[in-house]
Amino acid sequence: MKRFLYELSESWKIAVAQMRSNKTRSTLTALGVVIGIVAVTLMGTAIGGIQVGFDKSMAIFGDDVLYVSQWPWKRVDDWWNYRDRKKIKTEYAEPINRIIAATPNSNLVIAVPTSSLLRSVKNGQSEVSNVLIRGTVSDYLITSTFDFKEGRFFNDVESRGGANVCVIGYDVADALFPSESPIEKSVLINGQPFRVVGVISRQGTFLGLFSLDSIVVMPLPAFQKYFSAKSDSDVLVKVKDKTRLAEARDELTGVMRRVRGLPPEKKDDFSINEQQALKSTLDPIKNSIAIAGLFITGLSLFVGAIGIMNITFVSVKERTREIGTRKALGARRRTILLQFLIESASLCLLGGFIGLGVAYVMCTGIGQAFPSFPIQFSLGLVLVSMAVSILTGLFSGFAPAWSASRLDPVAALRYE
Amino acid sequence: MTSDTRLSDSIIIDIENITKDYVMGEEIVHALRGVSLQIHSNEYLAIMGPSGSGKSTLMNMLGCLDTPSSGRYEFNGRDVSSMTDDELASIRNREIGFVFQTFNLLPRADSLRNVELPLIYAGMDPETRRERAAHVLREVGLDDRLHHKPNELSGGQRQRVAIARALVNDPSIILADEPTGNLDSKTGDEIMTLFENLYQRGHTIILVTHEADIANHARRTVRLRDGLIESDDGGFGGIDNLPVEDPLPANATVY
Ligand SMILES: Nc1ncnc2c1ncn2[C@@H]1O[C@H](COP(=O)(O)OP(=O)(O)OP(=O)(O)O)[C@@H](O)[C@H]1O
Ligand SMILES: [Mg+2]
Repeated sequence: MKRFLYELSESWKIAVAQMRSNKTRSTLTALGVVIGIVAVTLMGTAIGGIQVGFDKSMAIFGDDVLYVSQWPWKRVDDWWNYRDRKKIKTEYAEPINRIIAATPNSNLVIAVPTSSLLRSVKNGQSEVSNVLIRGTVSDYLITSTFDFKEGRFFNDVESRGGANVCVIGYDVADALFPSESPIEKSVLINGQPFRVVGVISRQGTFLGLFSLDSIVVMPLPAFQKYFSAKSDSDVLVKVKDKTRLAEARDELTGVMRRVRGLPPEKKDDFSINEQQALKSTLDPIKNSIAIAGLFITGLSLFVGAIGIMNITFVSVKERTREIGTRKALGARRRTILLQFLIESASLCLLGGFIGLGVAYVMCTGIGQAFPSFPIQFSLGLVLVSMAVSILTGLFSGFAPAWSASRLDPVAALRYE
Repeated sequence: MTSDTRLSDSIIIDIENITKDYVMGEEIVHALRGVSLQIHSNEYLAIMGPSGSGKSTLMNMLGCLDTPSSGRYEFNGRDVSSMTDDELASIRNREIGFVFQTFNLLPRADSLRNVELPLIYAGMDPETRRERAAHVLREVGLDDRLHHKPNELSGGQRQRVAIARALVNDPSIILADEPTGNLDSKTGDEIMTLFENLYQRGHTIILVTHEADIANHARRTVRLRDGLIESDDGGFGGIDNLPVEDPLPANATVY
């Protein structure tokens, strides 16, 4: 054991001396690893960022809200069984709420109808297009997670009366009222003026694809008056206890079957969706992006590893006589093996350190240039990168080190 | 191993009918064709012979660097042919000191580290091995060259470092293949004086040489020709030439 430690420290000294005396060569070889580690680390950071963004986006849906929709949020293989489904109507909310109220110990709290479509929103010369216009009731707040930057949500009276009031998202407010408060001002949608009563605080983007702040929420009756055609409707149902989501789901399914008057032999003609379903649909996509990304960047690390392997082979060749001498002096096979493994591993580790430093600087730069992109440069990532570079070194050093350890001492000593 | 056993008439090397063949494509080179030899402790033996006669092959065999194609080899009573690679490495490390014609020092290591190397492989702790390496370097007259790299030393000094390295593990036997081959005659003589001193102190030395006046330092000469022993003037142990009961100074072989 002690002897092993001495051999280890000896190998380490040789490795350092070797790198010092071949500075250019070591630097160039390590560069391959540097590039590989930078690529892998940046990809890891990006994947971490995507993960955080993904979780944030998912949180929008709330983990205690069920969505009654026409289609399921997950991919189905028998789509033809779904194509004749009737649309979900906002009117369902009322009977659902009646049944909930009549059910003792119901796991459901309240049903909220929503109806949405895309329209442009104007204020004077300014215009924002493709804004999500959503009609709902004042109880929508219960099922949502957002705060207000200023103002308030529309109240129950405005909601029932279908007043021409609205709450606008951060982006809409920013684009239409860059230098003033939008509260009590009017925006034009489809030529109709709506009085702004509140501005929702910034929500960010959904999976980085579209802004969650490009939204206008208004009372459902007003929405139906002006935009009834071609809108998609859902009913949101808040759950009392989110740890008993499955039961809540079953209960809601029963309620919906009653509302739709389905006979027992018929299948459900609606879908109950939840955040989890969406997650499980999107997770594989996210994971394959991550795997593909890591694979591609892993290739660059592999190229670096081949560089290390190559240089270690060269080093073994150059030092064949030295290996012979060491064997004559009593070095065992595993001593020689260890020596060259440590050489390649320390070269890789050097590359790994530099690569990590470069990646850190780049991450910080990206973080400053694009503050919205969530950068995840964690200690875990550092440790993984170090481990990966050491493993790369051991992997790429193994073949040359093995061949060195197997050299015949006499042949090695005679080598010219 | 103490100086006492070294001085006693024990057999260190006992080979019988050793052959070594090299296969070169179609052709088989018979480098050794059946060599038998016994070498006792505290012998000073020169192996001579024309180029290609198998001197180096025999030396490599004696040094456990190579294994014979056939024949028997016992080192200190142990059968070498049945040893594993690691056991051979251990024998080379503890029992044999090599001195090469080309010195074979590690170019980037200073004298001290070069001499320390066998002790590292023996698993000795850093402090002891440093001390011991320095001591042996002093023995060969390099007190002031401990931290010189090989390229900062003369040829003779390099060979002294190499000899110190061969001595540092207190081996049973020192094998030197043309140790003066790369040195001028004056430096060569100095090296031979060093060997003579080592011999006087009880070391066992085998050296290969072309030159008669180098071989004259030895007490026994074995001549090879075409892979066979042509002559062996010393007989077993070269007893006639042994310095009779040469009393060792108390501090002679401290290492
Ligand atoms: N690895 C090898 N492959 C093939 N033949 C070899 C090998 N090593 C040695 N020989 C042959 O074995 C014979 C003995 O070689 P060896 O090196 O022992 O000679 P030597 O007596 O040391 O000669 P020199 O005085 O020139 O050093 C030579 O004919 C040589 O060609
Ligand atoms: Mg030779």
